[in-house]
Amino acid sequence: MSKSKSSASKPSSSQSALGRRGFLKGTAAGAAALVAGEAAIAPVVKAQTPARAVTPLPGATQIAAETNAPPMRVDVYTTDRPGSDFMLDVIKTLDFEYCCANPGSSFRGLHESMVNYGKNKMPELITCCHEESSVAMAHGYAKIEGKPLMVMAHGTVGLQHASMAIYNAYADRVPVYVVLGNIGAAEWRRTDVEWAHSVQDAAAMVRDYVKWDDNPVTLQHFAESSVRAYKMSMTPPYEPVVIIADAVLQEEPMSDFDRRTARIPKLNLSQPPASDGNSVNEIARMLVNAENPLIIAGRVARTPEGIRLLVELAETVQAGVSDRHYRMNFPTMHPLNVGGPIGGGTVTTVANADVILSLEVGDLWMATHSQTPINRMGMESKPLTKAGAKIITIYSGDLFGKSNYQDFGRYNEVDLSIAADAEATLPSLIEACKKLITPQRQRAMQERGAKLAESAKRLRDRDIEAAAYGWDASPISTARVSMELWNQIKTEDWSLVSETFPFFSAWPLRLWDMNKSYHYIGGHGAYGVGYQAPAAVGAALANRKHGRLTVNIQTDGDLNYAPGVLWTAAHHKIPILNIMHNKRAYHQELMYLTDMAARANRGIDTALIGTGINDPNIDYATLAKAYGVYSIGPIINPIDLAPAIKKAIAAVKKGEPALVDVVTQPR
Amino acid sequence: MKHLLAFVLLPSCIAFSQNATTSDATGSVDKGKKIFMDVGCYECHGTVGQGGAAGARIGPPPLNAQGFIRYIRKPAGAMPAFTDKVLTDRDLTDVYAYLKSIPAPKPVKDIPILNELKGK
Repeated sequence: MSKSKSSASKPSSSQSALGRRGFLKGTAAGAAALVAGEAAIAPVVKAQTPARAVTPLPGATQIAAETNAPPMRVDVYTTDRPGSDFMLDVIKTLDFEYCCANPGSSFRGLHESMVNYGKNKMPELITCCHEESSVAMAHGYAKIEGKPLMVMAHGTVGLQHASMAIYNAYADRVPVYVVLGNIGAAEWRRTDVEWAHSVQDAAAMVRDYVKWDDNPVTLQHFAESSVRAYKMSMTPPYEPVVIIADAVLQEEPMSDFDRRTARIPKLNLSQPPASDGNSVNEIARMLVNAENPLIIAGRVARTPEGIRLLVELAETVQAGVSDRHYRMNFPTMHPLNVGGPIGGGTVTTVANADVILSLEVGDLWMATHSQTPINRMGMESKPLTKAGAKIITIYSGDLFGKSNYQDFGRYNEVDLSIAADAEATLPSLIEACKKLITPQRQRAMQERGAKLAESAKRLRDRDIEAAAYGWDASPISTARVSMELWNQIKTEDWSLVSETFPFFSAWPLRLWDMNKSYHYIGGHGAYGVGYQAPAAVGAALANRKHGRLTVNIQTDGDLNYAPGVLWTAAHHKIPILNIMHNKRAYHQELMYLTDMAARANRGIDTALIGTGINDPNIDYATLAKAYGVYSIGPIINPIDLAPAIKKAIAAVKKGEPALVDVVTQPR
Repeated sequence: MKHLLAFVLLPSCIAFSQNATTSDATGSVDKGKKIFMDVGCYECHGTVGQGGAAGARIGPPPLNAQGFIRYIRKPAGAMPAFTDKVLTDRDLTDVYAYLKSIPAPKPVKDIPILNELKGK
């Protein structure tokens, strides 16, 4: 950022003031010459040109004041209005409840404004121990609350820490609002630290996986870009955004000009893009006439209303729903739930479907194709769909794309592709379907629905029977942990904020009755490990004011990335029940190592090298205690599990975080 | 994606069990359990073969010993193939003995917190 661009709002540095004096000296000399020759040319000029306004020449006093040697610097010690106060005024209009940050000097001005001028309310600062935790907390919070919270970080080292978490949020279509401090103007960097913490283009590092960023050079610019960023983040597909808060703009006084003129634009969120009527009618025609329609749900339910709408559509046409579980899209116990990736539900139902309606599914190719598994040489893929099956997509991701990071998956051929937001399109689609249903089609749909309900019941009974295997095992089975947990939370207003597939064999998705938007929030987005613990605390922060019992099944490898978030939960009194999924390994990688060894036909007993988290075993209860979190464990005998959960829930109900370290089966 | 593909294995195992004839194993349960843990069978199938998102349920085994060994040499789905270079027939016979020693699970009706899910 160049200081010369910001003269309207930034205070002049001594360097730029001297530059202006030099300019005025030249102006004075030119003016003197002009005065000397004026008598000769003025009449001609006056005779030939109409009268017009003439800029008056500077008087002698002004010239002296501007061109003499500058007076001794008079130190100005204080200001009544740092620029960061105005920045905070802008931020307050965006209605953030919280701002997650690990403190950093490049945003110290804004930090100070937030806690003093803003009285640490709306937003309230949440002290984080790592920028990855800050962003992941925002990620989890947004998935409960449906809106972003703010994150502050250094534009350099802080963003480097935060970048993976931003990528997770990007891939998961989650709004996160990141404000980065940076000292743009070189002459304002006071130490080698500030040089090392300054950058030409801070957002460049994450531009591949944010929706929008800007580097405002005036306070007015900051106001407009901040509001624009929020609006863009909250227009489907939701995505993270980044705004740079220049440190000089933050710390120096707001100029007289800005005090008179700077204003904060009003935020008006865009209506989500919905499909056009013709396309909706065509989808309705295909669904109503289908013999075996299937709805695949990706990130459909942006709001609780999305769940209700998806249920209404499925029931209207009696279509099975296969949930990819990136969100809480569809009630787990609904008779039209045909199963997600777990249990092969998708494979079977895709193969039987004659019409597939894909709603906000980013990885549709994966859902509709098989590939050669990892333990075979070569690669071959085959469609799972039967010949003649029609595929329809409604996907807001088609309206926004980037190229470098390849989270978009393989290109999928479809028959009707609608670039629109699925939730916004569902109301008109439901109505269009209702208009087309004849009594004859209604009967066929009811018969189909009854068969699907019977199938769903069989699937559930199979899962219940499967959960009994290994019931008394130690390490404790993931099914047992799920059921002991469920038994104690089922009468509470609970919220499960961790991904359970594949890590926990999806037992909660298979056995628990999930039907509210906050009952399940999906997972990482980009599978960047280190997401879970902080995202869970962020979700718990959102749940706190609703009085919900937040439950996090926490994998061990993930917690070890940034366990300091446990302290954040304790410090800010964020109630959350953490149940450790302590399998003492980076288990997915452990399995991959065994795969690789088997492929190479050697050394299948060495896979724990580099993947084990044992020897010594980590004592997570002691770790949590050190951070001020109530803890119990390690629990090794399944008999001890229920009493431990009971005690931990009692602690959580007092408003504090708790952790139960459970030594578990790996999956 | 291993977890997604592993479930393809399940139907294949069931198919084997339907075709299998019963056969007793003569391996060592203790040796078999050690091999099961050392070479990582538990990673996908669980320490008592209960199965999960990454691997099919194999405790107790749904195949006879010959079928079990044959399947491990040339598996279906996402299961790795283990040749006799890394696991001998003797090793696999011991593993089979271990899996065979795993008792059948408690009936669901004897697990109240599971049983109450039935019919819901």
